[in-house]
Amino acid sequence: MSGLSYTAPSTISEAVALLANEAGLAKVMSGGTDLLVQMKIGRLKPSLIVDTKKIPGMIGIREIGGCFVIGAATSGALMGEHAGLVAAWPGVVEATNLIGSTQVQGRASLAGNLCNASPGADSPPAMIAAGAIAVIAGPNGTREVPVEAIVTAPGRTSLGKGEFITEFRLPKKAARSGDAYLRFIPRTEMDIAVVGCGIAVTLDAAGVCVAAKVSLGAVAPTQLVVAGAAAALIGNKLTDAVLAKLDAECQAVCKPINDKRGTIEYRTKVAGVLARRVAAIAFQRAGA
Amino acid sequence: MSKTHVTTTINGEPAEFLAEAGLTLLDALRDEVGLTGTKEGCGSGDCGACSVIVDGRLVCSCLMLAVEAEGSTIETIEGVATGDTLHPLQRKFIEYAALQCGFCTPGFLVAAKSLLEKNNNPTETEVRFWLAGNLCRCTGYDKIVRAVMDAAAEMRGA
Ligand SMILES: Cc1cc2nc3c(=O)[nH]c(=O)nc-3n(C[C@H](O)[C@H](O)[C@H](O)COP(=O)(O)OP(=O)(O)OC[C@H]3O[C@@H](n4cnc5c(N)ncnc54)[C@H](O)[C@@H]3O)c2cc1C
Ligand code: FES
Ligand code: FES
Repeated sequence: MSGLSYTAPSTISEAVALLANEAGLAKVMSGGTDLLVQMKIGRLKPSLIVDTKKIPGMIGIREIGGCFVIGAATSGALMGEHAGLVAAWPGVVEATNLIGSTQVQGRASLAGNLCNASPGADSPPAMIAAGAIAVIAGPNGTREVPVEAIVTAPGRTSLGKGEFITEFRLPKKAARSGDAYLRFIPRTEMDIAVVGCGIAVTLDAAGVCVAAKVSLGAVAPTQLVVAGAAAALIGNKLTDAVLAKLDAECQAVCKPINDKRGTIEYRTKVAGVLARRVAAIAFQRAGA
Repeated sequence: MSKTHVTTTINGEPAEFLAEAGLTLLDALRDEVGLTGTKEGCGSGDCGACSVIVDGRLVCSCLMLAVEAEGSTIETIEGVATGDTLHPLQRKFIEYAALQCGFCTPGFLVAAKSLLEKNNNPTETEVRFWLAGNLCRCTGYDKIVRAVMDAAAEMRGA
């Protein structure tokens, strides 16, 4: 790893300048659980690592008027220990806590999970369903984009040179709303999702769904927002017919790969089954 | 290549070392500080042989840069026993024969210690999930899990 420099700036503007001015390959580091593995196997040879964890706000969770602001480098372990966040957005926390082992949880962050841009990443579908916003700092100031606008292809994001994510914002949880995330893996721990599904719903006083967002992971090059699946839920209770429609809408959008973890047919079928299970949990959490 | 001077506290003692930017904490502990109890199994976060506790948090030292450790407090396997007195986990590992080749053992002990500091009465399921990132090629895990459960029971009683 000769020719590599490391720096841990203490302000956002310093970090932006370092990233923007580096002639070689500059990489942002949060927990390093993807970055350091990729450097070790030689897939990535950065000339500069910009560690953002010394910047105030990059680690930690703040509740502001019911909204949650999560520093981009906050570890999964910290999220799991935050009772307020767990109560408001259990699906987001469960998805994040599925990442790796206890050891990996001590370091792995939302920003790294998203920006590594793996189709099978666990937290993005849950964040997308929850309506999370990413706050991006860069040479031209800050911008806020929905999480689904970050990943453009496997290993690629829409962030420009000098840009990095500083925090994620989860909206104030509506009354009678709930979110959930499940992934399917052939074992119980330490594996990459064959399919992941995040769903968030809001119900009215009668238990009818009035708002929904459905996102699938690992069945296409990027996480998918499944508008047809949300439409199947909105205006309805969770009847067998509605579940069947949800299942079909999810299967219809799948464009998965064939690999050792699952064939195209298998991943597609599992996407529908998983969506049914996730919807049931989200409805139950919303008070149905 | 310029090296960075890193100041830490390791097992309660001040420790300083020089690190190149790409050096992992694992390599710094083993090669710069001389604490070779922490092992490298995979170097990619999968096996847990390199487990250490940094500022109270269990991590893989192979997935952390040494330069990141500036100012932090690190606990390694060398700090688990108190002088010649073994930690209850270490005694129970011997009693239950929870090791064969022993390569995974430092990682398991450090990981189990961090579990018991957080939860002194874990269920078997909690032990198994907490230790899911520690791989053992030899024992089949059962003896390890039983040793951890029994150490926890003894420590609650003491
Ligand atoms: C043993 C093991 C098991 C794993 N299991 C899972 C799993 O079950 N599910 C899963 O989804 N993942 C898994 N992973 C992958 C990884 O742990 C996660 O993707 C993790 O969330 C990455 O976060 P990080 O903070 O460590 O990222 P880093 O390694 O720090 O960064 C990853 C990428 O994101 C970029 N980046 C980091 N922070 C920012 C930022 N603020 N703004 C812009 N870009 C940024 C980096 O430049 C890099 O390209 C596993 C990894 C290991 C080693
Ligand atoms: S050597 Fe670090 S996890 Fe295997
Ligand atoms: S005792 Fe040999 S790897 Fe665990």
